[in-house]
Amino acid sequence: MPVFIQPIEAAVTLSVVWIGLGVIGLAFMRAPRLITHAVFPAGALVSLLLAATGLWAIGAPASAAVLPAGLPGLPFHVRLDALAGFFLLLLGGVSFGISLFAVGYFQGTKAATLGQLSLQYHVFLASMAFVLIADDAYLFMVTWESMALSSYFLVTTEHHEEQNRRAGFIYLLVAHIGAISILLCFGVLHGGHGDYTFEALRAAELSGFWATVAFLLAFFGFGAKAGMLPLHVWLPEAHPAAPSPVSALMSGVMLKTAIYGMVRVIFDLIGGIRWEWGLTVLLFGAATSLFGVLFALMQHDLKRLLAYHSVENIGIILIGIGLSMVFIGSGHPVAGALGLIAGLYHTLNHAVFKGLLFLGAGAILKSTGLRNLNEMGGLIRHLPHTALYFLIGALAISALPPLNGFVSEWLTFQASLQAPLLDSSVVRSLVPIVAAVLALSGALTGMCFVKVYGIAFLGQQRHAFAESPREASGWERAGMLWLAIACFALGLFPVFMIGELNKVSLALIKTGLGKEAMAADWLWLAPTSSAQASYSPVVFLLVIAAVLGLTFLVVRHFYHGRLRRADPWDCGFPAQTPRMQDSADAFGQPIRQIFAPVYLIHREIPRADDPQPVFRQSVEDRHWHSMYLPIARFAEYLSRHIGRLQQGRISMYLLYSFLTLIALLVFAQ
Amino acid sequence: MNITGAIVFQVLQSVLVVLIAPLMLGWVNQCRAWLQNKSGAGIWQPYKVLHKLFHKDAVLAHNASPLFRVTPYILFGCMWLAVGIVPVLATSLPFAPAADVIALVGLFALARVFISLAGMDVGTSFGTLGARREMMIGFLAEPAMLMTLFTASLISHSTSLATIVETLGHRELVIYPSMAFAAVAFLMVLLAENARVPIDNPSTHLELTMIHEAMILEYSARHLALIEWAASLKLTAYVAIGIAIFLPWGIAGAGDWEALPLALVALVLKLLAAGAGLALLETVSAKMRIFRAPEFLGTAFMLATLGMLIHFLLER
Repeated sequence: MPVFIQPIEAAVTLSVVWIGLGVIGLAFMRAPRLITHAVFPAGALVSLLLAATGLWAIGAPASAAVLPAGLPGLPFHVRLDALAGFFLLLLGGVSFGISLFAVGYFQGTKAATLGQLSLQYHVFLASMAFVLIADDAYLFMVTWESMALSSYFLVTTEHHEEQNRRAGFIYLLVAHIGAISILLCFGVLHGGHGDYTFEALRAAELSGFWATVAFLLAFFGFGAKAGMLPLHVWLPEAHPAAPSPVSALMSGVMLKTAIYGMVRVIFDLIGGIRWEWGLTVLLFGAATSLFGVLFALMQHDLKRLLAYHSVENIGIILIGIGLSMVFIGSGHPVAGALGLIAGLYHTLNHAVFKGLLFLGAGAILKSTGLRNLNEMGGLIRHLPHTALYFLIGALAISALPPLNGFVSEWLTFQASLQAPLLDSSVVRSLVPIVAAVLALSGALTGMCFVKVYGIAFLGQQRHAFAESPREASGWERAGMLWLAIACFALGLFPVFMIGELNKVSLALIKTGLGKEAMAADWLWLAPTSSAQASYSPVVFLLVIAAVLGLTFLVVRHFYHGRLRRADPWDCGFPAQTPRMQDSADAFGQPIRQIFAPVYLIHREIPRADDPQPVFRQSVEDRHWHSMYLPIARFAEYLSRHIGRLQQGRISMYLLYSFLTLIALLVFAQ
Repeated sequence: MNITGAIVFQVLQSVLVVLIAPLMLGWVNQCRAWLQNKSGAGIWQPYKVLHKLFHKDAVLAHNASPLFRVTPYILFGCMWLAVGIVPVLATSLPFAPAADVIALVGLFALARVFISLAGMDVGTSFGTLGARREMMIGFLAEPAMLMTLFTASLISHSTSLATIVETLGHRELVIYPSMAFAAVAFLMVLLAENARVPIDNPSTHLELTMIHEAMILEYSARHLALIEWAASLKLTAYVAIGIAIFLPWGIAGAGDWEALPLALVALVLKLLAAGAGLALLETVSAKMRIFRAPEFLGTAFMLATLGMLIHFLLER
């Protein structure tokens, strides 16, 4: 079959269509129905096409093009290879569901806001697509910045609230620290010769020292965007501030562009991976995941809690990538491919289930106006569909079989069990400890989502609603349903996606999983060989479902199905009020006690003779006080002293110019 | 391997274990009664209780959601799958590749999450209290269990239980120090996960100390029966995992009819010994305060991780 169009051309066209849709939305600012019912669905359609393009590009050879845009003599280069294809698939697939949800969610938003929202939303999507297909440092940085700026405006959509403006500022600040670091990394790779195409950067021969510098700059630069410890502080501020579909997009997709950047620069551009780098990534990943979940357990704002879980999951992804780097760096590329595939698979899974959970949080917020878990309760009776989708998301993020989160954690465990291959005994014993941390944070995630689900959806209603909350609209449900189906599909049929990821791995590090692993059929997942480890989610689910049905029938056949409704028993305790249930903070109490040194806890305990006793407690992030505030104070101190130069008198400024000129004349010789 | 024979073995094992699981519980209770100088209710008592519960009308709280009603069935399904996977009678069962040890731990976690959610569903004070404590025990026990199983997997280079059992069962008598650590850790996890004495007391409904019982307070009749049955299945599954990893001798291969009688006898003897041992442990130890539980399970986690490190340092 003759091919009329290359994947790259399709990707560029679709991204430009997104920008066009945004502009149309802005132009028709006075017709809000047109924006919600035409622009957003069209954007969703583009997402779907882009996902298809991505899937196509994974299998196709890399295709490149030069765009007739950019500065004179400095055109934009674009290229679509397997790695970029995989991330395009992620972007398209997840944003399809989010855009569908947005149709319903943004109904009733003020017309003027909606026009701007439409522009920023679609420019944000298009920037992410361009980041993924950029093939020179110039286009990469331009689109990276436009992604940061468009998302900044989205975060501050409700800018009349002080705390949203503050959240936006912190976000922009950390994003720029990261961007500077990435820019410097490209500078190091460039080294003063050639041009800034990735082709040239890839060919650059770096000495060991400079390669490590480039690695560190890339790791921390992209880490800042991904929400890695200790650069995570913007995440729990920015995600709650943004409208829910935007939070879903930022947490689900934007953080993943940072993972893309990290993999692209470290594996592809710098190359020559060393195991010490891998160990750095691994340890930061482990610390990030444990820290993220411990703080998530302390939250009662649903979106903040989900934001901390994004920190945790970025940690898990970094563990996978770090394992891969350790193995590649010590000369075991097959185990390295397993780690890489585990990391990338978790990237996709996290995008899907975190998108779903943020959409669920959005549905709750829209129908009840609540974000505080302590005021929710019993929502399963008002929002049965949302409750079902949220349950699927919660089970997936808790890494429970047979859903998708489990598959990628399982793969990460399998990668860490390849540790006996390593020669250095220190690293060999560190890897299992990281696996232990991963196990701990996985189990804590389960606890956290029992808390979220149990308190928000189950139990007695805590809040007196003026009118009964309404279930999410059809569009919103369609968006959540799409992502929920993806959770099941990626969980039940992981072999297909792993086959695609194997192609990515082959293209990127020239090694894939072993022959034996790829020989297994679609039912059985066996990443090394079936004697070593295997898992079949389909059989797993079928057996449970069969036993469930059988038990039900047997019980009904031999006994009866009689049922009577009554008041709850509760050990015979008569008066039951909603306040007797655990609140979100009470549920986290054991964790607060066990892990007390991790937190900064302020307690206000009333005196014994206080007639109106109030007990207050707040839990804060130590990083603010031990890292960010000192830096901020130092910057203020510095600028106060530099500020003395500014006298406001013209003669002084002339003197400065004169001195500068003299200095230049002296040094320029 | 004979496929039909393997399937017959699979069905035989699944049905047999589901039927004898309450007996195991009855045996433990009877031993405990003997050790405490009581006459005891007899080893058949759990069956009588189940029969009685199935006959009763179910009473449901007014605000119980569908999740509450479906949870007992999910729990029972999970536990049935667990005993189908663990090599109790024979190795290389057809279901065994469906889940390795990590998936098995995931399966127990799935059941735990559902029962905790059901505990919170009605919204009573005891239900949420039980769910909170159960999840606290769970998050500490789950990693310890995984580390224990990883130690065994590292020795046999496989996470598949069947392969682990075959490797460990057919080895020459080599003593692995790491397995000693793992065994102690596993025992501690077993006690915690099955709501046994130092952590929880299965035979008390004392409000402030109960964990598992607090969660299932609102259940009655057939739902309660299924939960109780699932609990006895869980105990049997844990004991079977322990036997499979630490005392694997005597197990048959799937479809190996000649080895079956020996395997059956070995299984019965091992289960009897394990039940008596459990009763002895429960009799000589006292229940801990709830906030000592993290220390207990933290020790288990440390022991399991130490075992793994010892494997890397000494046994290569």
